[in-house]
Amino acid sequence: MSGKHLNLKLKIWRQSGPQTAGSFVDYQIEVSPDDSFLEMLDELNNKLESEGKEPIAFESDCREGICGTCGLVINGQPHGPIPKIATCQLHMRNFNNGDTIWIEPFRAKAFPVLKDLIVDRSGFDEIMNAGGFISVNTGGVPDANDILIPKEVASESMDAAACIGCGACVAACKNASAMLFVSAKVSQFALLPQGKPERFRRVEKMVKVMDDLGFGSCTNTYACEAECPKGISIRNIARMNREYFLAKVKSKELEV
Amino acid sequence: MVKLDSKIPEGHISEKWTNHKFNMKLINPANKRKYDVIVVGTGLAGASAAASLAELGYNVKAFTFHDSARRAHSISAQGGINAAKNYQNDGDSIYRLFYDTVKGGDFRAREANVYRLAEVSNNIIDQCVAQGVPFAREYGGLLDNRSFGGAQVSRTFYARGQTGQQLLLGAYSALSRQVGLGKVKMYSRREMLELVVVDGIARGIVCRNLVNGEIEKYSAHAVILATGGYSNVFFLSTNAMNCNTTAIWRAHKKGALFANPCFTQIHPTCLPVHGEGQSKLTLMSESLRNDGRIWVSKKKGDLREPNEIPEEERDYYLERKYPSFGNLSPRDISSRSAKEVFDEGRGAKGQEAVYLDFEDAIKRLGRKAIEEKYGNLFEIYETITGENPYNVPMKIYPAPHYTMGGLWVDYNLMSNIPGLFVLGEANFSDHGANRLGASALMQGLADGYFVIPYTIGNYLAADKPEKLSVDHTEFENVKKQTEDLTRKFISINGKQTVDDIHKRLGRIMWNKVGMSRNENGLKEAINEIRELREEFWKDVKVPGDDKDINQTLERAGRLADYLELAELMAVDALNRNESCGGHFREEYQTEEGEALRNDEEYTYVAAWEMEELGKWKLHKEDLQFEYVKLSTRSYK
Ligand SMILES: Cc1cc2nc3c(=O)[nH]c(=O)nc-3n(C[C@H](O)[C@H](O)[C@H](O)COP(=O)(O)OP(=O)(O)OC[C@H]3O[C@@H](n4cnc5c(N)ncnc54)[C@H](O)[C@@H]3O)c2cc1C
Ligand code: SF4
Ligand code: FES
Repeated sequence: MSGKHLNLKLKIWRQSGPQTAGSFVDYQIEVSPDDSFLEMLDELNNKLESEGKEPIAFESDCREGICGTCGLVINGQPHGPIPKIATCQLHMRNFNNGDTIWIEPFRAKAFPVLKDLIVDRSGFDEIMNAGGFISVNTGGVPDANDILIPKEVASESMDAAACIGCGACVAACKNASAMLFVSAKVSQFALLPQGKPERFRRVEKMVKVMDDLGFGSCTNTYACEAECPKGISIRNIARMNREYFLAKVKSKELEV
Repeated sequence: MVKLDSKIPEGHISEKWTNHKFNMKLINPANKRKYDVIVVGTGLAGASAAASLAELGYNVKAFTFHDSARRAHSISAQGGINAAKNYQNDGDSIYRLFYDTVKGGDFRAREANVYRLAEVSNNIIDQCVAQGVPFAREYGGLLDNRSFGGAQVSRTFYARGQTGQQLLLGAYSALSRQVGLGKVKMYSRREMLELVVVDGIARGIVCRNLVNGEIEKYSAHAVILATGGYSNVFFLSTNAMNCNTTAIWRAHKKGALFANPCFTQIHPTCLPVHGEGQSKLTLMSESLRNDGRIWVSKKKGDLREPNEIPEEERDYYLERKYPSFGNLSPRDISSRSAKEVFDEGRGAKGQEAVYLDFEDAIKRLGRKAIEEKYGNLFEIYETITGENPYNVPMKIYPAPHYTMGGLWVDYNLMSNIPGLFVLGEANFSDHGANRLGASALMQGLADGYFVIPYTIGNYLAADKPEKLSVDHTEFENVKKQTEDLTRKFISINGKQTVDDIHKRLGRIMWNKVGMSRNENGLKEAINEIRELREEFWKDVKVPGDDKDINQTLERAGRLADYLELAELMAVDALNRNESCGGHFREEYQTEEGEALRNDEEYTYVAAWEMEELGKWKLHKEDLQFEYVKLSTRSYK
């Protein structure tokens, strides 16, 4: 496996808190090409710590591309240069000896920086609290096989449900729109028979909170889809727009 | 004086839970809102519990150190979740799932708990489908199943390779709904650091706010810990980076018994360590063993490329030693055999690794068929290692994966401290000495959706605990101690980093308290762990301050607890003079090298009470096997 070590120059965003101004700081590091990107940062941090310096704050957990905790902008791209993977799945063999790498947090008005590379994405939870569910209580539900769902439908719903809530779509969008994230959840449920009864309520409520939180609007630039580590399709956005339109028509009808 | 009472209900095994549900005291709906419940952890166990309790009307406070409830480690489970639906008409039943789980646990689990788990397994699937979990389907629209982990029936439900993700997102959705309704107050980025016990009863917790460093106090009528497992004591494991033992360990130090700490599961198919910088290990699905053949060179120190080693110089050791199960031998046997060949100096290219080879399968079935079955996994492998498994055999090696041990709980999932309940991987209850594949997700959701909502009501109604104010002196004391401890980490100002010490602990544990253990090694490990602990408290370096995001400080606290738990794991392994499930003592094996149980003396749960650090008192809960007869497994 192991090839020659890489000598790299890192330019990393450092910011001590939400209220303070940040800036790029230079670091030099030698790493194995078998290291993952985050292992490189671990090694840098271990070195900083042993020198008594404050390490770079960044978040990660599963390191398998499924929890959605990690997320850095690497050389201007959310989750880095390789498509359809999360930051934690990026390996150093994709870089060349002597490269300079720019590392920044996700940037969006609705994702304030907490420290260095850590941002606050709790807006996503608030959108979920507003309607990202099917209203059933524990117990008293029908047998799982009483609800027939065609394989293709289940599969399409699963495609949407694969979203890891990382926020790269927001960071990639020039308007900081959260449409891809919200539409993935709306679609997952709208496609399934279980989700149909409250489909209109759901989309209206989620969109309202999304707007209130200061996420921008969608102007169809497709940047979100390009950077999404799970390949969530913008078809979901079209579906959500349809759902939303129908919801508005329905509520108009009710007013009459 | 601690007294163990498992509170197993009377009656035939199939009626115990039903009878118990009927006999338990109820709280009328209007009164439930007068009770506050703290739930620590929002994995499958915690999120399902928090949502279900809130639906019933309780006021729930939910805590997680993550930025969002959805990030819990449960999200990374891949394979699937078991249930006894018998949708495939292949002879499955509640009784069979119960039987398999008791036997798989090598007869070290409580029969009554396991039966209940099998009994509610079917409700879990119904619940998840109602929530919109997109399980895999057949063309006819019915749910699809697969067989998993050596089971003879197809009882595993799955959502691609992302079952844990979909189940957790289902529970998280239910939780979000209750947060939106104001029935759950969500406290994210909070790490529970202490349990508050007054007059022997659990009254609340003390947390650190990970953003501003404040030490905060919370009180409630009952406290639930659903904080996951402790595999990261080994530093390298398949668990997420932040999994830790702090919540249950600090509760242990407040009097909660820790049961079977040495029962850990080592998973045979993980990616090997690539170098010093390795931060965690990645699990490769066990399904690969269906078609891949596992081998190493017959020669010691053979550094040739695998393709240069001729057929007759290869040792397909699992096929040789266990002809009837071969490459599909159970997790513990496969793991141990890999370590054996490495210890003999026969690791793949001298590394801690063995080959998992698809050459024959590709010849037999064609590349296309292999691609269809495993394409996704092969891609993952290539992303991580840079090698293409269609051309070069994969390298795999065992890694710590799951901890069967945990806080002792009775049938109601209550610890020996009244008011403290423990759910999911954090408790010891259902898997005995070995967990079967696809059973952890089942247990987490069983505990949270279908057990705790009943048993907590009974506790609140029967014991009538009072909620104390957070101004109570004990809350103040605990808060102060926690602040002092936090500052202490920073004030040591030594020379070694937290990770450097954690890696050293990991090596001790892997070599001496890992997948095979012996008396001498365990005694050495105890001494080495104690020495390392002393070093930690003298020489660790934690930069930064405590009133800010300080991830080194978080890791230092977690490591401090691992350095204590590690010792208890060794003590427990030393006490258990037998081999069973994931616990293999080299002194106790058959002539063929199989695990040798000692049912005469060790058919008990070892529940440890801490008297002082380094001194534990053993309490034994004897296990009765009335329904599944004690027998030895054989995979020859
Ligand atoms: C790679 C992998 C694959 C797996 N695949 C399968 C599978 O296919 N099938 C199966 O059945 N099982 C599988 N398992 C096992 C299973 O995923 C876990 O056992 C299970 O998800 C644990 O759930 P839990 O709710 O008990 O804990 P977790 O999901 O670990 O959740 C713990 C929660 O507690 C919180 N927490 C912990 N400590 C504190 C604290 N001090 N303060 C505040 N919050 C705290 C965390 O933030 C988190 O929310 C797998 C495990 C791994 C590692
Ligand atoms: S849609 Fe894609 S980029 Fe956006 S949160 Fe989900 S996984 Fe991340
Ligand atoms: S750390 Fe979990 S997705 Fe990257």
